[in-house]
Amino acid sequence: MSNAVAGPFWWRSIGQRLTILLAGIAAVLAILSWWMVTSFAREAAERTQDNVLVASATSIAEALRSEQGTILLELPYSAFAMLDAIGEDRVFYRVAANGETLTGYDDLIPPNTPERPGEVAVRTIDFRGDQVRTVTVRRTVLAGQQPVPVLVTVAQTRTGVEAIGSGLSQTAAGLSVALFVFAVGLGAFAAGNALKPLNSFAQAVTRRGPADLRPLRRKVPDELSPLLVALNRLMDRLGQSIRRSEEFIAEAAHRVRTPLATVRAQAELALHTVEKDTEKQMLRRIIRAVDESSRSASQLLDHATVSFRADALAQEQIDLADLAARVTSGLQPTAEMKDIALELDAKGPAFVLGDAILLESALRNVLDNSVKYSPAETEITVTLDRADPSNWRLVVRDQGRGFSADSLPDLTTRFKRGSNVAQVVGSGLGLTIAEEVLDAHGGRIELTNPKNGAGACVSLILPAA
Amino acid sequence: MRFPDLARCLSAALWLTNLAGPLVALELEDQRLYPGTGDTVVKVISTGDLDVFEPFILQFQAENPTIGIDYSVTSSAELHTAITQGGVFDVAMSSAMDLQFQLANDGAAQAYSSPVTESLPTWARWRNQVFAFTAEPAVAVISQDLFAGLERPKTRQELIALLRQNPDAFENKIGTYDVQTSGLGYLFATQEARNSDTFWRLSELMGRRGTELYCCSGQMIDEVASGRLALAYNVLGSYAAERIARDDRLEILDLQDYATVMLRTALIPATATETEAAGLFLDRLLQEGMRENSTVWALPPLSAAETPEARAYGPIRLGPALLVYLDRLNRDAFLRAWRDAMVQQ
Repeated sequence: MSNAVAGPFWWRSIGQRLTILLAGIAAVLAILSWWMVTSFAREAAERTQDNVLVASATSIAEALRSEQGTILLELPYSAFAMLDAIGEDRVFYRVAANGETLTGYDDLIPPNTPERPGEVAVRTIDFRGDQVRTVTVRRTVLAGQQPVPVLVTVAQTRTGVEAIGSGLSQTAAGLSVALFVFAVGLGAFAAGNALKPLNSFAQAVTRRGPADLRPLRRKVPDELSPLLVALNRLMDRLGQSIRRSEEFIAEAAHRVRTPLATVRAQAELALHTVEKDTEKQMLRRIIRAVDESSRSASQLLDHATVSFRADALAQEQIDLADLAARVTSGLQPTAEMKDIALELDAKGPAFVLGDAILLESALRNVLDNSVKYSPAETEITVTLDRADPSNWRLVVRDQGRGFSADSLPDLTTRFKRGSNVAQVVGSGLGLTIAEEVLDAHGGRIELTNPKNGAGACVSLILPAA
Repeated sequence: MRFPDLARCLSAALWLTNLAGPLVALELEDQRLYPGTGDTVVKVISTGDLDVFEPFILQFQAENPTIGIDYSVTSSAELHTAITQGGVFDVAMSSAMDLQFQLANDGAAQAYSSPVTESLPTWARWRNQVFAFTAEPAVAVISQDLFAGLERPKTRQELIALLRQNPDAFENKIGTYDVQTSGLGYLFATQEARNSDTFWRLSELMGRRGTELYCCSGQMIDEVASGRLALAYNVLGSYAAERIARDDRLEILDLQDYATVMLRTALIPATATETEAAGLFLDRLLQEGMRENSTVWALPPLSAAETPEARAYGPIRLGPALLVYLDRLNRDAFLRAWRDAMVQQ
């Protein structure tokens, strides 16, 4: 086989591939959504902190006033109390008029300052070993006659913001993992569901019998219909090719049989005209050989007929009792030549549905086998009864050598013969034909060596009509 | 005087001008070394008097015999200055929660967490750096003798009415903290001014009646006990309760409108060297503070902050708002207003 489907074991099934790909997509989406939620949450928390800082700085700026040329300030309690809202963060502030610290932390120099009153400058800087967010607002206070620009800076560390951010990030991570697991489950379900038509298609092909070459008639998804068409075409071609070879065999057998009949007739005539024993024996050997060849040719023909007719099996009503009687009487002359008594015990009607020619050929081959392998002056019985309420059974029983136990299972294989019949000439097709016929009719063949007495027993079991 | 820790008062100007000043020699009120069996010595700087904390230290050493304790007593302002200027201490305990908060805010404290600190209520800790171990309300203490025949006021409103209606009984017989010198008095006054407008009316009235100003709760209680004062306003509740237990001339006014509750706090300075032992000491301190009835000290438990009166406004919040009244401009403004009300000539 080619290595068309190479790769690790988990890559060899479409279902697993689909599941893995969907899981990969789900993982990417989960990570993406986690990252987005995390960054949004962080940004929201940062923005909230900025807003609180702006509110705080603004309320301090609002509290600025001047009295007799000096700028006065009473820090509003709420300006600092509100900074508690985000979390437990360190707070720094500085109020500077004309660059001179009015109050607060002298070293808190805002990195950028608003140009005009009402503007807000926001920046993150390092201050006293921590990252702090600084907000600076500007207000002009009239000190005496002089307008004095006052900068109010409020700064806060970012512990609370980070705590909120990482808390939300953890929640988002949990949700993302849950989402991922859920998506993988859904992906596996979707992959299974998408592949269902393919599986049922494969099963339909697998379920077919080895000789069933009828085209598949199923509704398949669009993607599978080229495969279905190709498969049907292949089976059609295969069927045609088999039919052609069967036809060829039938034709060949037929062509061989006719001259053989002539040879046999001539040989018999010659048998009556020669007088020497050695010559008579020679002619008898010729006749026997011709008979064998003729029989083999008949069987090949039968086999071809079975293969051909089984494809489009006729469904006529057949009385097995009639059929058994016909076949038995047909073989009576051959049996008599060997001094073999053919007994028929079949009371009709025993109806089955099927092809009369095929069923006759099956029974004839079985009976012919029995006659062939039975010694002289023995008895062969053909009985018809019910195997069970829904099946008929035709049993052919002889007193010959029976089947060799070790080859029993293989005897219905084409050209396979028992291990105990080496000295008898035979083709090995008889039981194969019988089995193929019964298979085509939904029945079966059973080969047994009966416990009471010698001989072989062949049961043909057919569903009752 | 049993609780001299509040006696350590420094002027407000000194607090803030000292911050950037040169390293000055630490003024200690008391110091004792409790040697352990090992080499470890935890240096504790505290505003709490040895009388109060010695039983606790001994108990701690009974449980951790290897750890020695070097216990120094100083004022809250001195403590603040010492830590700001880089003095090496392993634990700093103070009744001035605003200054303690400022230390942590300015980066002079280090974080510590343990199962014990985790079990503290959230209002009793800040950034895992400042931890409260007692909650102590401010109360009004009266003299039984001088209050004879007078109805006990139930609210500050009624107290104001009482002071108005009985000018003679209270003339020069009221005492309160001098908020200009006492850090704790300043904390109490600013928080009360924030909570209620009765504070200013009361202050004005007290000023009109001629109010004596004190540096510490102990002195005020002494004066009430001796009959020199009829009323001492905003006295540390724990001190008063402890004194009343052995002096029946005193009585605590049951003012039901609100109570200002301050938290006594501890922190591990950034300069600490014995952080592990300091953590053990702090854990033990907090456990004692969370115990309903301590056997080793007479300080009220943290749960005192959960009484109905205290709950009305909660204990003074450990948060950046504490910085507001430490601000130089605010302080000046507040003291100006307070002087105008209280010191009427």
